[in-house]
Amino acid sequence: MTYSTTVRYQRYTFVSLAEVFAKANEEKSGDSLAGIAATDQRERVAAKRVLADITLREILDTPLIDPANDEVSRLILDSHDAAGFAPLAGLTVGEFREWLLDDATTGETIAGVQQAIAPEMAAAAAKLMSNKDLILVAAKIRNVTRCRNTLGERGVLGIRVQPNHPADDLGGILLTVVEGLLYGCGDAVIGVNPAIESVDTVAVILHSLDRLITVSGAPTQHCVLAHITTQLAALERGAPIDLLFQSVAGTQAANASFGISLDLLREGRERTLEHHAQRDVRWIGQNVMYFETGQGSALSAEAHHGIDQLTLEARAYGVARAFAPHLVNTVVGFIGPEYLYDERQIIRAGLEDHFMGKLLGLPMGCDVCYTNHAQADQNSADNLLTLLTAAGCNYFMGVPCADDVMLSYQSTSFHDGAAMRRLFGLKPAPEFLAWLEERGIVSGGQLAIGDMATHPLLGELQSLIGAVDVR
Amino acid sequence: MAREIQPQPQNQLTRALAELRARTPARLVVGRAGSSYRTDTQLELREDHAFAVDAVHSELDLNRDFDPQLVASYKLFEVQTQAHDKAEFLKRPQLGRQFSDEARATILAHCPTDVDFQIVVGDGLSSAAVVSQVPALLPLLAKGAQARNWSLGRTFVVCHCRVGLLNDVGALLRPRVAVLLIGERPGLATAESLSAYMAYRPQAGHTDAQRNLISNIHARGVPPDQAAARILALADQMVAQQISGIAIKEELTVNLDGKSVASRLA
Repeated sequence: MTYSTTVRYQRYTFVSLAEVFAKANEEKSGDSLAGIAATDQRERVAAKRVLADITLREILDTPLIDPANDEVSRLILDSHDAAGFAPLAGLTVGEFREWLLDDATTGETIAGVQQAIAPEMAAAAAKLMSNKDLILVAAKIRNVTRCRNTLGERGVLGIRVQPNHPADDLGGILLTVVEGLLYGCGDAVIGVNPAIESVDTVAVILHSLDRLITVSGAPTQHCVLAHITTQLAALERGAPIDLLFQSVAGTQAANASFGISLDLLREGRERTLEHHAQRDVRWIGQNVMYFETGQGSALSAEAHHGIDQLTLEARAYGVARAFAPHLVNTVVGFIGPEYLYDERQIIRAGLEDHFMGKLLGLPMGCDVCYTNHAQADQNSADNLLTLLTAAGCNYFMGVPCADDVMLSYQSTSFHDGAAMRRLFGLKPAPEFLAWLEERGIVSGGQLAIGDMATHPLLGELQSLIGAVDVR
Repeated sequence: MAREIQPQPQNQLTRALAELRARTPARLVVGRAGSSYRTDTQLELREDHAFAVDAVHSELDLNRDFDPQLVASYKLFEVQTQAHDKAEFLKRPQLGRQFSDEARATILAHCPTDVDFQIVVGDGLSSAAVVSQVPALLPLLAKGAQARNWSLGRTFVVCHCRVGLLNDVGALLRPRVAVLLIGERPGLATAESLSAYMAYRPQAGHTDAQRNLISNIHARGVPPDQAAARILALADQMVAQQISGIAIKEELTVNLDGKSVASRLA
């Protein structure tokens, strides 16, 4: 089926829905790299006009990647809520955009049809929205999850403490965690990216984080972001897993390049739930997965099927939502300038990803970040951080001074988390806030700690840090 | 005017804290100005960013950047991928995954094929990393290969190189195990961090799922001697299992001196 339109006497024809989707995107270097981007702004707007008139029914009936060859396509179709879809099916993408923006459409209204909104529909709407639109709609939606605490409620901004170390030195990792806690961070998760992808290392870090949470009493969850098979092997050897992590993408082939399948994710989740039932921990919910995503990952793995990176990102959320995660975040800006060239593209992608994730029902956070080979700097990160806080983002990263000394990129800091909470009047997760107040870290809603060297938490953790110090 | 400046934290660091802090390059205990950085911190970050960005754009030159003795003893030579300059390399990654025609001819003329162990050096995103780490790493790897009675390929240096070049190395030279020592994206803490990407019989179609990685090879990360031991141990596993990638898990915990910390904490 071809699609065509006329823009000021010039005729534009698109040979497939995939071409309309790709060319309707805002400019991204990754789509250019894939050779599927609009050639100029006129063609881009022509594609947007065509897309605005396509119905959601037609999008559902026209899979961009053949379900016969792709299990993500099959998952999306099999899990689609046909009954809930009835009132939406006849809407064009243009009408769907207006319905989402309508003041009468509340977060609760949207929550009622989340499973009827397929990822490709969320992507289509994003393509017609301005940055402000993406913020406005996302801000309506709260997707609340529970593991050892409650994340995502209105008025709450979570922060992951990301205490990475270039050689997985436990003392260095734990000291970073303590400082993060003293800035009120760590409610989203205490999550370490290990430098060494070995079962022993992962198990040791998991044991240490678990002890730290037990000793400090902080109501939060931990995670070591190794490959899912490495984490499961650590679990097999007796290591405690709070959240099971995995990077996911929007095509079967891209997931295969990550060394995963939907079956593996399913098995991982089941084993983690069984493991939780056996541990003496006060779980308050069954959201046990943590996923990371990012535009461009499928193209990077040469597994994109000619589909644009925004749409594939939405499909990654289709994968994520099938496993009831506690945390999902796009690592926007990590992938490099060949996919998101500069600050403008990174900011756009961050807002699109957050909007689509929220619309699809995910507890969406964002690693607001950039690499040193992209046209961006910390001011770019400040901008996106502020915009996403306005959009109601569930959580951000907390890295000492935003400088990740293991992954060598810049994210957001403990200071940044405190700044956004102050600027927008937001609080940590409720259970975590109660603990922060009890420990005197937060008082009267404000950070009360000036100097961590004098806080008793450090002294209490000294023995723990000593116990893991084998040097 | 109300100012929320904390006292100099440095002065109040307990000795224990200072010792702990020395164990991580992370920027800890820097204090704060309200919910922001102190001015010193702010400017330090800007300074480090300036240097990191420069490291990305500097070109590698084998004869200028390497000790002539090292070049002579390993008969190192330099080739290019299909990316002509850094700008093209950054924008079009696929060009950095394939040798130029000239490079192919040069490599085939100078390198033995079907060897047990092939080491390739690539600039990647930091030539500074290659210049800093390779001189220490290369002799250790060569010695390890020799001790195992492996035939060792001739090492060469690739400018404008991406990780995916491993597949092209496989197509051209058919090594049993290939190691690509490649400069990592510079961070603020160091621009000298190297990665070793490894593959068993690399070939077209391989992705990261078929590769193993040892990253953060630098003075404050994984020092070259430990990196060499880990690379060789991974190569041993690949040879034994005739596969690479996610099916292979590193069993070493060299940074923990092999002591069982897990059992003490369980």
